[in-house]
Amino acid sequence: MIQLDNLTKVFDTPEGAVVAADHISLEVPSGEICILLGPSGCGKTTTLKMINRIVTPTSGKVFISGEDTTDMNTQDLRRNIGYVIQQIGLFPNMTIEENITIVPKLLGWDKAKYKARAREMMAMISMEPDAFLKRFPSELSGGQQQRIGVARALAADPPVMLMDEPFGAIDPINRAVIQDEFLKMQQELNKTIMFVSHDIDEAIKMGDRVAIFREGKLVQHSSPDDLLAAPKNAFVESFLGEDRALKRLNLVKVQEVVSDEIATVSPGDTLETALARIEDYGYQNAILMVNDRRQPVGLITRAKARTTKGYCRDHFESVPGTVTLDDDLRKVASLMFSQDATWLPCVDDQGRVCGQITQRAMTHHLGSRFRAREAAPRKPDSAVKE
Amino acid sequence: MPIQSLNGALRALLLVAIFFAGVWSQSSGVIEDFLWYLPDVQYLAIQHLWLTAISGSLAILVAIPLGIVLSRPSMARWAESLMQVLNVGTTIPTLAVLALSMSFLGIGAVPAVFGLFVATLLPITRNTYAGLKGVDPALMEAAAGIGMSSTQRLMRVELPNALYVIFAGMRTALTINVGTVPLAFLIGAGGLGELIFTGIDLYDPVMMLSGAIPTALLAIVVDALIATVAFLVVPRGVNPSRA
Repeated sequence: MIQLDNLTKVFDTPEGAVVAADHISLEVPSGEICILLGPSGCGKTTTLKMINRIVTPTSGKVFISGEDTTDMNTQDLRRNIGYVIQQIGLFPNMTIEENITIVPKLLGWDKAKYKARAREMMAMISMEPDAFLKRFPSELSGGQQQRIGVARALAADPPVMLMDEPFGAIDPINRAVIQDEFLKMQQELNKTIMFVSHDIDEAIKMGDRVAIFREGKLVQHSSPDDLLAAPKNAFVESFLGEDRALKRLNLVKVQEVVSDEIATVSPGDTLETALARIEDYGYQNAILMVNDRRQPVGLITRAKARTTKGYCRDHFESVPGTVTLDDDLRKVASLMFSQDATWLPCVDDQGRVCGQITQRAMTHHLGSRFRAREAAPRKPDSAVKE
Repeated sequence: MPIQSLNGALRALLLVAIFFAGVWSQSSGVIEDFLWYLPDVQYLAIQHLWLTAISGSLAILVAIPLGIVLSRPSMARWAESLMQVLNVGTTIPTLAVLALSMSFLGIGAVPAVFGLFVATLLPITRNTYAGLKGVDPALMEAAAGIGMSSTQRLMRVELPNALYVIFAGMRTALTINVGTVPLAFLIGAGGLGELIFTGIDLYDPVMMLSGAIPTALLAIVVDALIATVAFLVVPRGVNPSRA
């Protein structure tokens, strides 16, 4: 757990005192990722760096696992906090192995233990130990280097990690991959992480909570979903962007929206049955055909069912696509747009149909949060366009 | 062997020229003239190397710590002005430095070593300082954030990363040192300068060259020696010649 209590930093500059962080109070519960988000110069990095005293606080306190760090020895404090920076900062004079084992060595681990740890870390970041441990940072790509950067920060298994725009310098494709890998690692490791970012999409993806900063002040601290659904003021709103309703698509899983009511036909049914079922359920254009294991195999369109006679197995079209319960709505929406579909069948782990997801249900789910908020008194200009 | 290109032709010509130069020098007796100086060259070259070794190692021993001290953040206010003083010092001709040190320390090896020491000190200090200041600030932040003490940062991060630049400074300084030692003869410290200056005075080119050629060779050897040490000592990850 990380707790910040009225943490303040005032810089003396030739133009007078500048308050970089103004009475920041914040709590990151154990095992959670808190993203510090804001435009440049908003004090998010200063706040982060006060935790490991790269920047000395002017006033205020930092508690780690409930313990006041004010009187701790700076080096001991830092050795127990993983630190990842945007510039990566691997030591070019050391091999990958030496880089990873540097904190364990500082902490006085014995050789066999830290050597084993290096291999363990390489496995964790899915890089081949034998291929990489003896190489130098300059021989690695940017993405690989930052994986090593993360491994170095995690090597001594610190309970707390500070990450200063760790994936900012990596190209978008690799960044997404590393973010996913990191989230997967975090599920097992359960570190308490403070993470600076200026990328709203990264914040929504990575954060359990997001803290928005502006001019040294903490403006809003809430879960990504709350943040997008209920921005506190016009600044947060504009920072999140006009498409923040769309950004929420990332946060909602299919299982939250799926309806398990779905009518199907089997290949042996006649088209007449299919048409009747389409009418019964009020479907607009088609009904799903499943095989005897309830796997979706085709689509009977309403037009075909009305004009043709015969069995479903002879007159079906291909299924535009299926979604699983763990997919997020962004993927679903994308699939719907590309297939010109208003609904998609949803399948479980075995590929069996377990429900359907409709555009109507998605917009309803996203809109309900906004409507709930509109019931409360709000300025009309901040009404959400849908 | 068929000659296939202009380059090859030039090389063949060079070989022929060297061959005839050899024939001529053998027949005219120049080689024997040179060989006559061999015992002198041996004796003076050793003296020469001693002057370089003593003044050079003293300079390294002083310059590197000096560069380190100047590069510390606490020295930031003074470092630049001190470096300027050293830079101005570099512009004083070595001969003048030797003359000055002779007027304080008399004649012989001591003032010569002192003068050479001063001339060698500056490039090494400058490179040590520049090398340490040139270490990527991100590395320093990473090192601090990891929990290294300032000594650990210096020994494990700053020095290894600056080492290549420091060695470059030593190469320059010691090569110049070897080339400057002949001047030490002028204040009575010996060295190959004895043959060079006496040769000039006596209008004896063979004698002069018997001092000048070994001096040049020594400079090349010292340069190559330090380059080899740098190649072996500078960590592979930050060593451009081993990249």
